[in-house]
Amino acid sequence: MTQPKFQLQRNAFGRLVLESADAGRYEGVVPVRAFPVADPGAGISLINTDGHEVGWVDRLSDLPESQRLLIEEELASREFMPQLQQLIAVSSFATPSTWTVRTDRGPTTLVLKGEEDIRRLGRDGLLVLDSHGIQFLIRDLSKLDKTSRRLLDRFL
Amino acid sequence: MIFEHAANAVIPHPLPDTWQVDAAAQLGADEELVSWAEQDLDNRLHFGTGLLLLTNQRLLSKPAGQTGWLNFPFRAGLVLSQHDHAGVAALELHDSTGRLALWRYTLANSPAALRLIDQFQQQLQSVLTGDPVQPPKKNLCPKCKGELNADTEECPVCSREIHQPPSTWTLLRLWRFAKPYQGQLLAGFLLMLGSTAATLVAPYLTMPLMDKVLIPFQNGEHIQPEIVAFYLAGMLGAAMVSWSLGWAKTYILALVSERISADLRTTTYEHLLQLSLEYFGGKRTGDLMSRIGSESDRISVFLSLHALDFITDVLMLLMTTVILFSINPWLALATLLPLPVIAWMIHLVRDRLRTGFEKIDRTWSEVTSVLADTIPGIRVVKAFAQETREAARFRDANKHNLLINDKLNKVWSLFSPTVSLLTDMGLLVVWAFGIWLIAHHNVTVGTLTAFLAYIGRFYGRLDSMSRIVSVTQKAAAAAKRIFDILDHVSNVPEPTKPIALGPVKGEIELRNIRFRYGNRAVIKNLALTIKPGEMVGLVGHSGSGKSTLVNLICRFYDVSEGAILLDGTDIRSLTVSSFRRNIGLVLQEPFLFFGTIAENIAYGKPDASREEIIAAARAAHAHEFILRLPLGYDSLVGERGQGLSGGERQRISIARALLIDPRILILDEATSSVDTETEKEIQKALDNLVRGRTTIAIAHRLSTLRQADRLVVMDRGEIVEVGPHNELMAREGAYYRLYEAQARNVDTDPDDSE
Ligand SMILES: Nc1ncnc2c1ncn2[C@@H]1O[C@H](COP(=O)(O)OP(=O)(O)OP(=O)(O)O)[C@@H](O)[C@H]1O
Ligand SMILES: [Mg+2]
Repeated sequence: MTQPKFQLQRNAFGRLVLESADAGRYEGVVPVRAFPVADPGAGISLINTDGHEVGWVDRLSDLPESQRLLIEEELASREFMPQLQQLIAVSSFATPSTWTVRTDRGPTTLVLKGEEDIRRLGRDGLLVLDSHGIQFLIRDLSKLDKTSRRLLDRFL
Repeated sequence: MIFEHAANAVIPHPLPDTWQVDAAAQLGADEELVSWAEQDLDNRLHFGTGLLLLTNQRLLSKPAGQTGWLNFPFRAGLVLSQHDHAGVAALELHDSTGRLALWRYTLANSPAALRLIDQFQQQLQSVLTGDPVQPPKKNLCPKCKGELNADTEECPVCSREIHQPPSTWTLLRLWRFAKPYQGQLLAGFLLMLGSTAATLVAPYLTMPLMDKVLIPFQNGEHIQPEIVAFYLAGMLGAAMVSWSLGWAKTYILALVSERISADLRTTTYEHLLQLSLEYFGGKRTGDLMSRIGSESDRISVFLSLHALDFITDVLMLLMTTVILFSINPWLALATLLPLPVIAWMIHLVRDRLRTGFEKIDRTWSEVTSVLADTIPGIRVVKAFAQETREAARFRDANKHNLLINDKLNKVWSLFSPTVSLLTDMGLLVVWAFGIWLIAHHNVTVGTLTAFLAYIGRFYGRLDSMSRIVSVTQKAAAAAKRIFDILDHVSNVPEPTKPIALGPVKGEIELRNIRFRYGNRAVIKNLALTIKPGEMVGLVGHSGSGKSTLVNLICRFYDVSEGAILLDGTDIRSLTVSSFRRNIGLVLQEPFLFFGTIAENIAYGKPDASREEIIAAARAAHAHEFILRLPLGYDSLVGERGQGLSGGERQRISIARALLIDPRILILDEATSSVDTETEKEIQKALDNLVRGRTTIAIAHRLSTLRQADRLVVMDRGEIVEVGPHNELMAREGAYYRLYEAQARNVDTDPDDSE
């Protein structure tokens, strides 16, 4: 386990501040996952307000507890890719169609503008883009319940 | 109590009913609601509803995921700001010491939040200074800052999101295309009626033939030849009539249906060409091609063949039913018994087949998409020796197609034999009941024969009629996919009341524009005014949004917020074509159409004279290399300009832009693929041409932009510096760094040197 070469803390404005011996001090750094879908735990980059990388973490689990929590907190407040767990109803099988869904972030509705807004991710994952640009993730299609799969099938 | 709005609210956006009671309970007696915004995410980014209220005294909020209300009375130092990332927006309230509160919501609520921020500043200002809030001079849209008509509340530009699904009766919508052929359709229908009626004469004549000729003969009487001849002649006549009417009907209706589908095809293509680049960005070429090509053909086949047969069958069914009942109601009832069963069966299978066929269509366009991806990219495929992988991809798509077909065929193959079985059973019922009736002397043998003759046809048709289910579904699926294109409203819509564009001076104003591709903000609050005739050089790192800005100015996309004005008029209120006629554009990736070089240069002005074409080619320094080609200006260039070098293609596209003599010239890396020598020559030519035109030039090689009146340095969607070369160099800012980096290593691309 390698100690990161930087220190993170949160300031009064709620921004993350990164300090490191060789890179300097940056206010408002933002953690970004390199593979948010394929491998969310690996490869976290810390980007400063100019858009340059000022820190890199190979694995989140390598970090000391306090630092990890800070990053996770920040990620949690920025990342928004609700996981679709159940399709409850769809307004029509023709697009645009309004879907009533259950996600890991609570129930909601989304508007699917066209079938091409459903993208395949790897073998059995799907990414559903709603009309406001929110991405709903289905990690494993085969793990959905039968009704959801049947509904979804009509759009694939 | 209905909650009344403050009199000075800019635009009456009523508070949603669900919040009325909650909101009313919070406000004091002398407090006025000024603005509100809904929140649909809590701070852990879970879905939930919350509300922000702005009154003339304070900001109030019931945050999502919390029960209590937050309360922020106006005081000095409060700042409210919004930013967004990946589809989630955040509204932050700070004072000088830190963040006081944070609200999150999806972009759906962003317009309301922006409205609230706007009002917040005004109200706060007014409370602090004691001055009353300035009523807005004009009715401005809070989102795009465009002017609104006095009588409308909704901005015509911003409120054009439609989420209406098309109705399921898609096929009926084809009527729009059938209407011009009403007359022929009616004629065809009448002919159909006639020919169907004629086919029903023959079985009717079997009845007297049996009862008056054959049965008496069996009972020992003579056959009277003239009666036989009469009936047979009747049969022959009916057959002839039915043949000729049937021929005329099929001919007329086939012509009509072919025309309908041709109209459908052209209309769809015309509509497709009007759609914005955004639409094409999200679609795959192969899919669009198959929609317009093969699916309109499928509709045509459906109309000319299947629908026609089906209507004939229905007519026959109805007529037969009437005849059967008129002969013997009881026997008729027995004959019609299996019908409801079959109808029920059809209904049962219908749904499954429809989804199946939609799926097959989709996998089919997947197959074509693989082709459309690979064939244009064939050089990359070969360069990386990925032929086997592409072949495998195609095989996979095909396999998928097979799989889905197999699944469907399972249902489908069971369907037809079952219908046949049912009809055979129906025949048995008729035989049995008929014999029983004859035994009780209720009907004659002739009647039973006639019945059997009728239902032989009738049941035979039922089998093929049941096929209509699948072909209708197929056609409906095809129609749906075509109407998907037709229903798509362009993202750069034509204005309903376009403003006529007079002679253009060429002033371009970018008024606080923002733009995002999906949820990715690419242009952030950018403001710039370009004077008529001015040359502006756009520089910045790769990906800083230069081409995007050009796309916006050309109106390939519409801005998300703010406005772009040409000579003071919002470009959204001009017709797209009248606006674009004034723009000469040379793109980063030049595209040549299949045709001669001369045709390609004259693309924007097909009636250009030879002299004009040559003059433009000379100006673009393309003339000489064109003459070196074996066929000169008549040389054919292939698709995507194969057979020409990158620099040659670029010069042709420069000539193309120059030929239309535009007021506004946009050069996006117009000379990036030519050698320095040629570039200098083109540059010299451009210098002449640029004079007097508003020019926006993008270049990585900063030396190309020496002529520019002003340089605009962009970084991540924002303007960081503006000014002439010397001034920017003196300032030693971003431009200076870019320039120095290039001067140091002339050979390397500026992007590599960070
Ligand atoms: N169709 C698109 N969909 C989504 N993002 C896009 C699209 N086109 C461009 N972008 C993104 O927008 C940003 C700006 O792109 P743009 O093409 O304007 O850059 P540029 O300044 O012209 O760069 P270059 O100098 O390399 O041509 C880039 O980050 C790019 O990835
Ligand atoms: Mg570009």
